[in-house]
Amino acid sequence: MNKNIYLLLAGLILLVNAGFAQTKKGSVLIKNATVLTITQGVLENTDVLVENGVIRRIGQGINAPANTITINAAGKYLMPGIIDAHSHIALDAVNEATSPITAEVKMEDVVNPFEVSIYRALAGGVTISHAMHGSANAIGGQNITLKHRYGTFDPDDLLMKEAPRTIKFALGENPTRVHGRGKSIQPRTRMGVEAVIRNGFKEAQQYQKAWKDYENASKQRNSTAVPPKYDPRLQTLADILDGQIIIHCHSYRADEIYMLINVCREFDIKNIVFSHVNEGFKVAPELAAYTMGASVFADWWAYKFEVYYSTAFNAAILTRNGVVTSINSDSGELIRHLYHEAAKTQRYGELSDEEALALITINPAKQLGIEQFVGSIEVGKQADLVVFDEHPLSVYAVPQMTFVDGVKYFDINEDQDDQRLKVSATEMVEPIYLKEHDHKCMQDVDFFFTNFGRTLFGHTH
Amino acid sequence: MKKISLIIISCFLAFLAQAQIDGEVLKPQSGKFLLQNATVVTVTQGILEGSSVLINDGKIEAVGQNLSSDGATVIDCSGHYIYPGMFDGGTRLGLVEVNSVPETQDFAEIGDVTPNMQALTAVNPNAVAIPVTRVSGVTTTLAVPSGGIFPGTAALINLNGYTPDQMYAGFKGLVMNFPSSARRSTYDRRSEEDIKKDAEKSMKNIAEIWGNAKKYHALKEKGGQLQYYPEMEHLSKAVSGEMTMLIEVNAASDIEQAIKWIKENEVKAILTGVAEGWRVADKIAEANLPVITGPMLSIPTRESDRFDASYANAGKMAKAGVKVAIRTNDAENVRNLPFNAGFAAAYGLGKEEALKAVTINPAEIFGVADQLGSIEVGKNATLLVADGDPFETKTQIKHVFIDGYKIPMTSRHIQLYQEFIERNPGLEKNVK
Repeated sequence: MNKNIYLLLAGLILLVNAGFAQTKKGSVLIKNATVLTITQGVLENTDVLVENGVIRRIGQGINAPANTITINAAGKYLMPGIIDAHSHIALDAVNEATSPITAEVKMEDVVNPFEVSIYRALAGGVTISHAMHGSANAIGGQNITLKHRYGTFDPDDLLMKEAPRTIKFALGENPTRVHGRGKSIQPRTRMGVEAVIRNGFKEAQQYQKAWKDYENASKQRNSTAVPPKYDPRLQTLADILDGQIIIHCHSYRADEIYMLINVCREFDIKNIVFSHVNEGFKVAPELAAYTMGASVFADWWAYKFEVYYSTAFNAAILTRNGVVTSINSDSGELIRHLYHEAAKTQRYGELSDEEALALITINPAKQLGIEQFVGSIEVGKQADLVVFDEHPLSVYAVPQMTFVDGVKYFDINEDQDDQRLKVSATEMVEPIYLKEHDHKCMQDVDFFFTNFGRTLFGHTH
Repeated sequence: MKKISLIIISCFLAFLAQAQIDGEVLKPQSGKFLLQNATVVTVTQGILEGSSVLINDGKIEAVGQNLSSDGATVIDCSGHYIYPGMFDGGTRLGLVEVNSVPETQDFAEIGDVTPNMQALTAVNPNAVAIPVTRVSGVTTTLAVPSGGIFPGTAALINLNGYTPDQMYAGFKGLVMNFPSSARRSTYDRRSEEDIKKDAEKSMKNIAEIWGNAKKYHALKEKGGQLQYYPEMEHLSKAVSGEMTMLIEVNAASDIEQAIKWIKENEVKAILTGVAEGWRVADKIAEANLPVITGPMLSIPTRESDRFDASYANAGKMAKAGVKVAIRTNDAENVRNLPFNAGFAAAYGLGKEEALKAVTINPAEIFGVADQLGSIEVGKNATLLVADGDPFETKTQIKHVFIDGYKIPMTSRHIQLYQEFIERNPGLEKNVK
């Protein structure tokens, strides 16, 4: 048999594979827009040239290269794609609520590219969402950062490969309700939550040491050392201690936030973002000094007791105290108008346009560790872009077009009404829902709460 | 000696008392106010530039230029805009304090037929969310009970007062949850068939209840000696048309059924919710039924719907000729009412109609337009002063008046901001 044929075949297979692995990249010239760069001010009447998914030039009088579509955006606003640092869309499952620590599970394994909520997020200008594990466990599963390349049937196409690993932690009422009150195991209190996390880290340190001891021993001549049993849960916690994973922690009250800051300082963990953080404003100096920031709701409060002492001025207080702050959705509804949620910081705290827009662009990019790729309009960054008819912080603004990697995934003038990728074969009649029906922090754990009243499900964040 | 120690003790006590009452208390103030030199958006009589509004004795006494400031507290409104106070046509504000704590939920009584439950009774005038809401310029809300088929009687309230009666704004309506072919949420896992069966059973149930109510009413009319029967007493008021019904209905086919039911039973009705109203807008218009819809900021009812179906719903109904008012259906975030109106405006309703949908339209629908809903002489002084369009997110609401009371522009949210914007001590506590 000819060796060369095998080589050729192998080469072909590699090529084909490479072709499949490559997600779509587009080229486009957007002309005469008011460009909200986020990091480099507002550029009036400016052109942005995108080639092969990357922003190549920003300036005036740029001519389109051959085969590049030109879009005249005169009178319109161009901003970077909106980034949602806390979301549960495009997931088939959210909570692995079987243990207070489930660090080994991965949201990457349950990405659902068929969800129409991805398209609806695009229609609100959101190009990247952080698809998170739920808040049932003190240490939940590993999250995944998605780019909204809607239309693909392959979950892998949605993954943002460049994004670092992140993991969900959760404090307060949710983990204590699920485990303590629901199953009578630790944690039942905020003391227990601290213990669970601290014990987890301690055990991970022992695990690291066991492996190190084994590695040292196995270097000895005629070593009979047996390797420790591989444990994906402890390995993940060890990776957190090694700084390889960013913690995104569901939290509300100042005391629990302060607790986890202290635990992280003790274990020398610097990669931590607090999410929701309704009482973050009370510990703003600590958040500014020791964390990667806070990702908050614009105005949600009073849906449960731990958010009763909240203020819609939270984002403004955090921003003014130097905390890297973002506004997230945690909701398939809110994700459609994060630009409006960001604008609320102008009513509640009078943030500037630039500060308000940073809350949904460069700041969440920093919290996800992807600010070198996205989050602003700069040469060399990925071309995730949104065109608005009016300034995006106006209540009357309507997103017109949304691009991911230079490819247009939403155009209000080409919208087909029904944008589903597949229709259920078993549903004879399409169901009608009166409330948001998925995408929440406490999804999949409803069976723990059947006695706690039906209205509970109205707000389960 | 005794005397001296007594003096010392009482001095000490006085000091303690002083310490305990440290801090300023802001109360609503009544009186005569001249809001000078504003752009007055009257809603019913156009936009008046460089005009003033004179408030006296709870009423709008005069609107115009060169008004006398005699005896009035003058508030300079140069560069500012005066709008009527905004209505939210459906909320749980005041009926719940913390949504996940059952002890604080007073909006859903046990039973399917409880029309005698009075939302007004359960309104807590001191709910923390009330000041949070009214500083946004939302001055008037409908407190709506929920659950069951006839969960109770809703009441229109103004967001100022120490008792429910002081807050009452002159409208009550009998709430009916029309049988629904929609799912309540994803936890609702009934089959298509079961949903249909449940709805049919519910309709049968309603027919029976309504039949009894009609009987009760007929007997009463004839002077029959009726036993105490508060449920029927309340329903009979709707049978006679004395009381308006608020019929919650959302799916398109249910809306058509409800229209039929209303016609057959000749009741006076307002449709509420109406999430799929855009699918049957012509039929609603033809039946001449007013609608309270919202929130706009909700996801479309069907996955196949266009992404903006709920933003555009109000506009489509208004275009078909339906009189539309807006609601948030919220409790703690009723302050988002103007933003819901803004989205409705942007997606087809238009700014002018959207403004009517939170002012004069609900005032007319609730039958209180002689007192509320526009800036006109003789109406209640329930209004807001803003530095711009109150729907626009960045606009600051400067003053709010409710029934002539100048509302303190503070709330727990604002107080927490004032305390924590610059914490002292900050990161380090500098104590030697």
